[in-house]
Amino acid sequence: MTEAASRKTPLYDEHVRLGAKMVSFAGWLMPVQYTGIVAEHQAVRNNVGIFDISHMGQFIVASTPSSQKSGGEGAAATWLNMMLTNNIDKLDVGMGQYTFLLNERGGIIDDLIVYRIGDQNFLLVVNAARTEEDLAWLQEHFSVPVRIEDRSANFGGVAIQGPRIGELFHALFGKDVELPPRNAIADLPFGETTVSVARTGYTGEDGIEVFFRATNAVKFWNAALEKGKPLGIKPCGLGARDTLRLEMCYPLNGSDLSPERNPIEAGLGFFVDLSKPNFIGRDVLLKTKENGLCEKLVPFRMKEKGPPPRPHYAVFQNGQRIGEVTSGTLSPSLNWGVGMAYIDAAHAKIGAEIDIEIRGQKFRATIEKKPLYKKSTS
Amino acid sequence: MNIPDDLFYTETHEWIKREGENVRVGITDHAQSELTDVVYVELPKMDRHANAKEAVAVVESVKAASDIYAPVKGTVVEVNKALEADPGLINREPYGQGWIFVLKIDNVDELKQLKDSEAYRKQIG
Repeated sequence: MTEAASRKTPLYDEHVRLGAKMVSFAGWLMPVQYTGIVAEHQAVRNNVGIFDISHMGQFIVASTPSSQKSGGEGAAATWLNMMLTNNIDKLDVGMGQYTFLLNERGGIIDDLIVYRIGDQNFLLVVNAARTEEDLAWLQEHFSVPVRIEDRSANFGGVAIQGPRIGELFHALFGKDVELPPRNAIADLPFGETTVSVARTGYTGEDGIEVFFRATNAVKFWNAALEKGKPLGIKPCGLGARDTLRLEMCYPLNGSDLSPERNPIEAGLGFFVDLSKPNFIGRDVLLKTKENGLCEKLVPFRMKEKGPPPRPHYAVFQNGQRIGEVTSGTLSPSLNWGVGMAYIDAAHAKIGAEIDIEIRGQKFRATIEKKPLYKKSTS
Repeated sequence: MNIPDDLFYTETHEWIKREGENVRVGITDHAQSELTDVVYVELPKMDRHANAKEAVAVVESVKAASDIYAPVKGTVVEVNKALEADPGLINREPYGQGWIFVLKIDNVDELKQLKDSEAYRKQIG
């Protein structure tokens, strides 16, 4: 916590009022927990939880009006398809997709969700820590009549996640309003204002992410907490967000993803469309596919009950160092140590045994399939 | 925040209870609340001799691992095995069943360097 955090989300006062433990994260003062990470984690797995995601960056990318007049109607989509790995053309209006922003070496600048909110209108929701870098990179690569608006400072957002989301959604938006389908986004009236509701999340549970003007943040947050009370809602902090996403093997930028890692190594090739004629980083990814990987991100589970794995612990096999842990914790759902590590690709076989070195002592673990936690196995 | 007046404290948030030639050591209510849910405790080795401020145990929460230090020079003569099965005792009863180890003190005079409840209260503000 050495980084000086100055920025407060529009929900800062609410977090303090709820007794949250606030920490510095990506330059923001964010709640790490309110009552406890484990209880908040369980609320999301069993009922419903609400997270402040106002720190995340929000960009609008659109074709300029002049480009549409001059016949360049596809400007924004064409340009985004050059900048991002997934295929924008597969997105109908009102749908979103997970995608990557890569550098020329194929390394990951950011992982993000792009929503097509109009034919040539896109909402990009990016990681807080990367917002400025993303914007600079995008602006550096303007080549067509596209405008990009950084609305991060004026907009907030919350994620509401958990199996009781349906009930809460109807309590908030009305009995007859339908939940957007998975990965879809829709503008819905809320009181006298309109909010954007996306059926997306970072927990592995059904849920929504809601984006609104910063001035509406407190009202929406409190409405969700009040309507969610009979459903067992809990406000949830970054701590639970991290354990929930790790159980699903969703990567965390800065830990599992970095400019030195590409999506293929990270096991996320599904979100890269190499059949697109061109995008930044494509050549390197093609070569990676051809020549094979050096290292691969794998999920693992400890064999014995013991100390939980942590980022930067060394990974061994038969006494040979083969990699390093990037994410690790005690999974609250499994009550067991789990993590993800980059290891030598030759050893990255599901079921293979590895050793995690914890304070000089080696502990046995098994390479697992994604995800590390499945509802049916609990 | 609960800071009992009959205990001593360290800057690193251990509490110390004098028991004749021995001290019983745990972490404070403030420390357990900062650490959040304790999920694993690595106890000190029995009969280990440690200097003051030497790391002898590890308390792990969901989020991170934290060292626990010997408050004074001494030998580990007892460890709280109950924490292996139920590390959450540290959160629930930091000054009671959540104690971590007992040290046989080398030099009783060293206890004078520890903080009293008033000084510790000031430290955590």
